[in-house]
Amino acid sequence: MVKLNSSDIAIKVTAVNKSYIVGKKKTPALENINLTIQAGTLFGLIGPDGSGKTSLFRILTSLLLPDSGEIWVDGLNVITEYKKLRKRIGYMPGKFSLYTDLTIKENLDFFASLFGTSFEENYDLIKDLYVQIEPFKDRRAGQLSGGMKQKLALCCALIHRPTILFLDEPTTGVDAVSRKEFWEILQSLKKEGITILVSTPYMDEATLCDQVALIQEGKILDVDTPAQMVNKFTNPIYAIKGANMLQLLRELEKDPSVERIYPFGEHHHLVMKEKDVLPVLPLSVTINKIKPNIEDLFIHLMQHHE
Amino acid sequence: MQKVWMKFFFIWLEKQKELNSMKQFYHFIVKEFYHIFRDRKTLFILLGMPMVQIIIFGFALTNEVKNTRIVIVNQSTSATAMKLVEKIESSAYFELYSQTKDPSIIDQLFKKGTVKVALIIPHDFAPALIAQNKGQLQIITDATDPNVATALTNYLSVIIQDFQKELNPNNIIPYKMEVDTRMMYNPQLKGAYNFVPGVMAMVLLLVCTMMTALTVVKEKELGNMEILLTSPINPIKIILAKAVPYLLLSIINITTILLLSYFVLDVPINGSLVLLYAESALFIMVSLGLGLLISAGTDSQQSAMFISLIVMFLPTVMFSGFIFPIENMPLPLRIVSNIIPAKWFFIIVKSVMIKGVGIQLVWKETLILFMMMIFFFTMAIKKFKIRLA
Repeated sequence: MVKLNSSDIAIKVTAVNKSYIVGKKKTPALENINLTIQAGTLFGLIGPDGSGKTSLFRILTSLLLPDSGEIWVDGLNVITEYKKLRKRIGYMPGKFSLYTDLTIKENLDFFASLFGTSFEENYDLIKDLYVQIEPFKDRRAGQLSGGMKQKLALCCALIHRPTILFLDEPTTGVDAVSRKEFWEILQSLKKEGITILVSTPYMDEATLCDQVALIQEGKILDVDTPAQMVNKFTNPIYAIKGANMLQLLRELEKDPSVERIYPFGEHHHLVMKEKDVLPVLPLSVTINKIKPNIEDLFIHLMQHHE
Repeated sequence: MQKVWMKFFFIWLEKQKELNSMKQFYHFIVKEFYHIFRDRKTLFILLGMPMVQIIIFGFALTNEVKNTRIVIVNQSTSATAMKLVEKIESSAYFELYSQTKDPSIIDQLFKKGTVKVALIIPHDFAPALIAQNKGQLQIITDATDPNVATALTNYLSVIIQDFQKELNPNNIIPYKMEVDTRMMYNPQLKGAYNFVPGVMAMVLLLVCTMMTALTVVKEKELGNMEILLTSPINPIKIILAKAVPYLLLSIINITTILLLSYFVLDVPINGSLVLLYAESALFIMVSLGLGLLISAGTDSQQSAMFISLIVMFLPTVMFSGFIFPIENMPLPLRIVSNIIPAKWFFIIVKSVMIKGVGIQLVWKETLILFMMMIFFFTMAIKKFKIRLA
């Protein structure tokens, strides 16, 4: 076992497995996870519900023990050095976990004291966030809107100036404007030198990360920068739109030259097996060649995986 | 020179760490108080419960005979019989419901439940008393509740015996034995002397064990524990910080109970008040420890509540000696009663409060409670999970 001292690696996960006993059956939640996250990056863990994101977060934050594997976070062994680790990390669980019967200010003061610091001491770090919720500082956390709750939870996770921040689905259930604001805040935190690991089920948020890992059914499908990742998608892809979308989908599914077709917003995304081959389409249908996005790649990887 | 400075610096640093650690503990306690004070309904119940219990036990749930309705079937027309009826009527224990000549009314009234005791004075009562020296009376009671029936019979018999003495003050019987009974510590046989210590044990157990069990489990259920566990706070501090507010709340409750029992129920406090409080504080700590142990082992508020009620509360009521005397139980149950903390507390409170004894006579019970406290707290801290699953 080599102690990890290299300061540019924030998280190193090697061959981690975790399974739960459901009923009497052993259900794997994570299978052979390997990850290396550079310090100071904004790393996204992208995957649908039940893919193992939360399990991985809990293992990384020392809340759960893996069945096997080795995990180093900020140069500390998560399993044996959890006491030291818990002083340095900030964790925001997927479920709102602050005290709903305490006000914003009381929650902040409490969590600051929990980490042996004070609200005033690290105010500069959370200032941008705090000013947005300050008008409601005497309101109980339970009475806040979803977006404000998330901002408060982030403030509480940051109050002790952690070196690594773990955010488990921070934008789930938050409106589009608040989501955008939230990601802007993450970008500015990154500039403060904090490594951020964020999980999300939203593919569009993947492009905002420096690096992303796609996770599906407890396995990591791919790790790369969002830009590099979409380059791996080599099949030609088109967006088509017609009068009878359902019929179009059914007919093209039968076409042997079609790799796959799936609904995507107002359009269908049509992936062909070979270049320069197009299926026969009714006249009313519009077709445009498009650049694949991360979601297309995810669907691609998912089906390959199966 | 530099070395000295360094040393001072390190001492200062250690001091700061300690201060921070105290601050952390202090803030945790403050937070617990917020939880308690903001849940107004629960707080109201917690503080109101002892009052309600003392009042219910003091005035409603009592075995004492007081103004019990009695039916007298008086078939005798003699002056002696009339005097006896007057004597019974004038006592504080009985209230004459009706006086008839027809004994069949007894059965009717018993079935209706309006009357639980009847006295029959036969028509030849006076002549038999004077001529044959043997006047016969009959007491009939509704023995569906045997305790009440026995008590009523005893009270009525005493009145009749008294009456007999009055009737014949110079009666000299050879070899007469006179029994002088003294009821020590509770000459008036007040139920309050027994139930006040019992209610104290019950209320403290309920508030401390159940509420603390709920408070830790609540953090698990609502997900707060997830953040607490990723923070550097020591589990011992979480456990102790949870216990402090309930300790204070319980001391308020003890004060309420003592004030009510002293001023409303006329129960004396014969022993040292300081000792009484100290013993109560010890029992509170035992209950808190137990509550924290329950919470460490459960994951939902429901199961924590269930365990505190069924596993703790019922045995306490049954085995503390408060309602059912332990001396009358079969041996296995008497052995079981030893592991119930309330039993020891009940003995201590009765001894200190009613009998007025000092620590030298209750040190054994105190020691047992102390050991229990150590055990529960150690177990609670040991069982406290430092991770989620």
